[in-house]
Amino acid sequence: MRRRPRVASRIFLALIYLFLYAPIFIMIVFSFNASKSRSVWSGFTLDWYTELFSDSMIISSLTTTIGVSVLAAIVATIAGTFAAIGFFNMRKRWRSPLLAINNIPVMNADIVTGVSLCLLFVSLGSVLKYQLGFGTLLIAHITFNIPYVILSVLPKLRQMDRNLVDAAMDLGCTWFQAFYKVIIPEIMPGIINGMMIAFTMSIDDFVISYFTAGSKVQTLSMAIYAMTRKRVSPKINAVSTLLFLFILLLLIIINVRQIRQEEREKKLRTLKSK
Amino acid sequence: MKLKYLSAPYIVWMALFVVAPVIIVVVYAFTSAAGEFTFDNFAKMGGYVSVFSRSFLLAIISTAICIIIGYPVAYILSKERARQQRILIMLIMLPMWMNFLLRTYAWMSILENTGLLNRLLTLLGLPAVNIINTPTAIVIGMVYNFLPFMILPIYSVIVKIDRSLIEAAQDLGANAVTVFRRVIFPLSLPGVFSGITMVFVPAVSTFVISQLLGGGANMLLGDLIEMQFLGAAYNPHLGSAIALVMMVIVMICMWLMNKFGAGGEEAVML
Repeated sequence: MRRRPRVASRIFLALIYLFLYAPIFIMIVFSFNASKSRSVWSGFTLDWYTELFSDSMIISSLTTTIGVSVLAAIVATIAGTFAAIGFFNMRKRWRSPLLAINNIPVMNADIVTGVSLCLLFVSLGSVLKYQLGFGTLLIAHITFNIPYVILSVLPKLRQMDRNLVDAAMDLGCTWFQAFYKVIIPEIMPGIINGMMIAFTMSIDDFVISYFTAGSKVQTLSMAIYAMTRKRVSPKINAVSTLLFLFILLLLIIINVRQIRQEEREKKLRTLKSK
Repeated sequence: MKLKYLSAPYIVWMALFVVAPVIIVVVYAFTSAAGEFTFDNFAKMGGYVSVFSRSFLLAIISTAICIIIGYPVAYILSKERARQQRILIMLIMLPMWMNFLLRTYAWMSILENTGLLNRLLTLLGLPAVNIINTPTAIVIGMVYNFLPFMILPIYSVIVKIDRSLIEAAQDLGANAVTVFRRVIFPLSLPGVFSGITMVFVPAVSTFVISQLLGGGANMLLGDLIEMQFLGAAYNPHLGSAIALVMMVIVMICMWLMNKFGAGGEEAVML
């Protein structure tokens, strides 16, 4: 059944990858362009990369983006892991509706999530005398991140041998010890994976931030959006190239981890079968 | 076991930041600015029939193109060697991590009248084309941005198909076409359905793509909502009504997906 793909399908694949990568390639190339043009090449320069660090608007929006992504990813990972363990130990009658609600931010259009949170924050804000800002932005990011952590931790819980927890408790562990000495190490790959997904979702988000950040703080995506109305500075190409490389690195780390883990599991399985 | 109480904080969080916002949208959709119950907001949508039909038309066209391109890609990928598959799939996901706005902006510089595409065409002695600020440009932008969301779920379903089913069909005398038509394709449908949802929902609700590539002349549902909340036409009641319609669309998509037994969660995570 394992026939090698034919030439035609190879060419087709190559064209699709060209389609997917052409704009990114152009983006990166024009971050080194000497002039501000976005379609005429006028020589190589690193100026945009050096100027980048003296542009206070870009730096402050980058700090906001990284700050909110890191904080939201950490909070969402902790809350999501607890929630996943809780859901897993519930009866199905309770778990199913809760998981359905958990899926709402995943399935809903970003604009609907953004708008509905915006309405909530504005109506709460008028009561609590609080305006849209970094706080509301962070709450919004945590809210759309947690479901991804849960969806990444739950399968690991399902794979876990249920007897392990019982065994630990029979041997005298309190349920808290069973929790952090047995369950957490078992589901760690799912937790790490969920955190990575949460972080990348946060860093890439535009629509939800746009509706929940208010006018005083802005993320990098919001800064870019504001610029596309006029003209995007090549500095933005430069900062995005850096971010892209950073995320590429993260993705490689995730994949190498996964490959190593699978190889370890394979080895264990062959050991067991012996 | 007390472990189930670990989810209590998140349940409170969900009630506050997932359920409450949805309820507020519903309340806004059915009230006027004065706070009285009304169906007016839905009646007003009648004035935007062209926006609705344009949004649906472009989203359907883009989804169809994504299936036509994405299905063969997923199928070809599933036949590659395991190690290559992993790399190729990662390469499909990678563009999604480049800022979405910038990728769309890059298409602006490709498609605009003095852009890279037209430079290339004139270089080859061909007539220049006018794509930017047309619905075509919006469709290109949608297909480009959402194609991975079609490829990934279809791929993840195809690779999980039990090989022995295919072998059984071959043993029973089915040729390659029959195997595909009667075994692989029916079994891959759940992936296609989650792909359709994952492309159609963001496509029908986008406002960035239409603003950057459509030049503001081709308003979509997303633009309409955005205008009601942050734009000149400030009217959150009408905006909520449209958002509510969009939620109903998503629910229909989810219901269809469940009905056809798609692994929605897995496809989303991949």
